[in-house]
Amino acid sequence: MKSAVVLLPGLNRDRDMIAALTKISGQPPVTVWQTDTEIPDVDLIAIPGGFSFGDYLRCGAIAARSPVMRAVAEKAAQGVMVLGVCNGFQILLEAGMLPGVLMRNASLRFVCREIKLQVANANTAFTRGYRQHQIIRCPVAHHDGNYFADAETLARIEGEGQVVFRYAEGTNPNGSINDIAGIINDRGNVLGLMPHPENLIEAAHGGTDGRLLFESVLGMAA
Amino acid sequence: MIKARVTVTLKNGVLDPQGKAIEHALAGLGFEGVSSVRQGKVFDIEIAGDDRQKAQTDLEAMCEKLLANTVIENYSVAIS
Repeated sequence: MKSAVVLLPGLNRDRDMIAALTKISGQPPVTVWQTDTEIPDVDLIAIPGGFSFGDYLRCGAIAARSPVMRAVAEKAAQGVMVLGVCNGFQILLEAGMLPGVLMRNASLRFVCREIKLQVANANTAFTRGYRQHQIIRCPVAHHDGNYFADAETLARIEGEGQVVFRYAEGTNPNGSINDIAGIINDRGNVLGLMPHPENLIEAAHGGTDGRLLFESVLGMAA
Repeated sequence: MIKARVTVTLKNGVLDPQGKAIEHALAGLGFEGVSSVRQGKVFDIEIAGDDRQKAQTDLEAMCEKLLANTVIENYSVAIS
């Protein structure tokens, strides 16, 4: 499986994402820069975390309007898998590729810690390696992870199984509505989540709970 | 030259923890009777030319496309 990683000024988790994809898929992802208008043929496009464009205006707002994101949207429309982690999730929301918005954490504090995630929908291309309702460990590190959507949108994504990850066991770190940590589009090929599965993929990280997400979407899960 | 001010505010019902923190800080400074603070953004925008109607249309499009996230924010445009 071939993958691509989107690079934008201000991202800082790109090396982690590249390392995870390289180690798990066995080949390094291609990288695409913010001004690129075409993305090579790949199976997965990952948008890493960080603070693209300094989080100016709103998190992910400027990045979502950059040329490369138009190319990402075109690829997504063709069915290519797209994964947005942390700032990548914020960018996908701002680009209108996922519904809702991520606001400032309810605590107003930057949170950097490990939380528990429940796999709320194991019937997606990104989560089929997990068991339904499995609880996994995952690190978070963000200031704006407070998911919000209007009541109608919320009812729709809950009803359609588009909520893929929830903060579990009282570990909601940001005030997200319904403990939402990650959602998928209605077509099932664009996933955004605040936690960092790429930071829990090998023993040196202290655990491998995030690895199955990559193995699932890369077609390597058992 | 057309000068405009765009104001972006949170919609009613959307939690504003920053506004709450400011509200509490104001109370801490001894300002009594502050019952609510909502934080927003102001953009002062200058547009070349003198076509006010086009400016109004463009400014509203700017709000829809970039300046506001209409999931949680309202905007208003004032041309001076």
